[in-house]
Amino acid sequence: MLPGMQWLELALRVGAVTVAFLVLPLLVGQTEHKVMAHMQARLGPMYAGGFHGWAQLVADGVKFIQKEDITPRAADSPVFKLAPGVALIPYLLALAVIPLGPGDLVGEPLDIGLFFVLAIVGVGVVAVLMAAWSSANKYSLLGGLRAAAQLMGYELPFVLAAASVAMAAGTLSLPGIVEAWEPWWLIWQLPAAIVFFISGLAEIRRPPFDMPIADSELVFGYLTEYTGMRFAFFLLAEYVGIVVISALTATLFLGGWHGPMAESLGWLWMLLKTAAVAFVVIWLRVAWPRLREDQLQRLCWLVLVPVSLLQLVLTAAVRVAMVQS
Amino acid sequence: MTVITLADIMFGAVGLVAVGAALAVVSTSHLVRAGLWLVVTLGAIAVEFLLLRAEFVAWVQVLIYVGAIVVLLLFAVMLTKAPIGRSTDLDRPIWPALLVGAGSGLGLATLFAWVYASDGISAPPVGSAEKLGQNIFRDWVLPFEVLSVLLLAALVGAIVLSKKDAKS
Repeated sequence: MLPGMQWLELALRVGAVTVAFLVLPLLVGQTEHKVMAHMQARLGPMYAGGFHGWAQLVADGVKFIQKEDITPRAADSPVFKLAPGVALIPYLLALAVIPLGPGDLVGEPLDIGLFFVLAIVGVGVVAVLMAAWSSANKYSLLGGLRAAAQLMGYELPFVLAAASVAMAAGTLSLPGIVEAWEPWWLIWQLPAAIVFFISGLAEIRRPPFDMPIADSELVFGYLTEYTGMRFAFFLLAEYVGIVVISALTATLFLGGWHGPMAESLGWLWMLLKTAAVAFVVIWLRVAWPRLREDQLQRLCWLVLVPVSLLQLVLTAAVRVAMVQS
Repeated sequence: MTVITLADIMFGAVGLVAVGAALAVVSTSHLVRAGLWLVVTLGAIAVEFLLLRAEFVAWVQVLIYVGAIVVLLLFAVMLTKAPIGRSTDLDRPIWPALLVGAGSGLGLATLFAWVYASDGISAPPVGSAEKLGQNIFRDWVLPFEVLSVLLLAALVGAIVLSKKDAKS
C-alpha cells in the first residue's frame, strides 16, 4: 500500500484537478457572457455580485438548483437520469492528464496521455445518444443523431491531427510532447493545429458546429427535455469541453508551458495560452453562422481529413530527414 | 503456493461485471439498453486490460469499441427502430443460444486451462505503446498488412452493396 505522504500527494492532485474542473468552466462561461456581449455592442451581465456582474454564473447555479427536476413520463427514466453524469466524467478524467507546468505539475502523468485523452473524449457522444434517445422526444432524437453523425466524422481528423504531433515528438505522453516542442513546430505543425482546433470545436458541438442543438430547428436538440441540475450538468460539460479542447490545443500545438522563465512561470503561460484559445472559441460563436449538415460533413471529409493526412506525410518526411541528418 | 493479490480480486470482480453486462445485452428486451449494456461490457474489458497492465490496449479498446463501434451501432438502431420500453417481438431462441454460448465459453476456458496448465503463463512485459508498435511493425507486419487488405475488401463490399439500388 501507499505510504502516508503518497496518499497526501494523491489527495492533493485529485483536489487540484477537481478545483480546476469546477472553476475554469465558470471562468470561461463568464468570459463568454462578457465577450459576446461586447462583440454585439451590449454590456452583458452587470448586476450580480456588483463589479461587472462577476457573480452571474454563481447566481445561475443557484437558480438551477432551485428548479424542479422533471423526467418526462414517456422517458426511459434510468438512462435519462444517468446521461448528464456520463457527459461530465470523460472531461473530468481528461483534465487530470493535461500538464500545467514543467516537471511534475500534472494531475496524473500518463505514459500514453494523448491516447487516453482522445479515447476518453470520444466517450462523451455516448452520453449525447443516451440523452437524445431516452427523452422520448423527436427533436431530442434528431439532435442526437446529428451529434452522432458529426462526432463519428470529426473523430477521424481529430485523432489524425493529434497523431501528427505525437509523431513529431516521438511520444504519446503529454508532458513529453510539451518537453519536445520547439517554436518552429508552430509552422511545421500549423495545418494539424488548425485541423485539431476545428475538429475539436465539432467534438464539443460548439458553434458553428452546433447542428445537434440548433435552437431554431430542434428546440434545443438532445437537451430539450432537461431541466434544473441535469441541464446544468450538460452546460457544465460543454464549458469543461471548451477548457479541455483549448488546453489540449495549447499543449499539443502552442508549446504548453514554454515561455520566458518557464521553470517558475510555466503554469502561467499554459493558462494564458489556454485562455487565448478559449477566447477564439467564444469569438467563433459570435462571428460564424451555423454550418448546415451537408456543409458540415463536406468540411470534415473533403477538407479536414485530406489536410490531416497530408500533414502526416509532411511530419513523417521531416522526421525521417531529421533522423538521417 | 500462489497468493491471491488485490489485483486478482479486482480482476475477478470486473470480470463478473463484464459477464453480467454481457448477459444483460442478450437478455434485456429494451433494444437501446442492450447497446448501452454493451458499453458497460466493453468498458469492463478495458479495465481488465488495465489490470493486466496493458494500458495501450485498454485505451484502444475504449477509443475503438466504446467511442466508435458502439456509437455506430446505437446510431443505426436509433435510425431504424428504437422504441422506449420493452419490445415483445424479439426473435430470441434461448436454447440454441445457451448451447452455443455456454459451449464455446466452456470450450475456450478448458482449452486455455489445458494449454497453460503445465507451464503457466510467463508474466508478459508491460504493454506500452512502444512494445506494441515494435511487435506489430517488426514481427507481425505481414499479418497486419493482410488484415488491412481484408478490411479494405469489406469496405469495397459495403460500397458495392449500398450502390445496388442506383444501378437498377
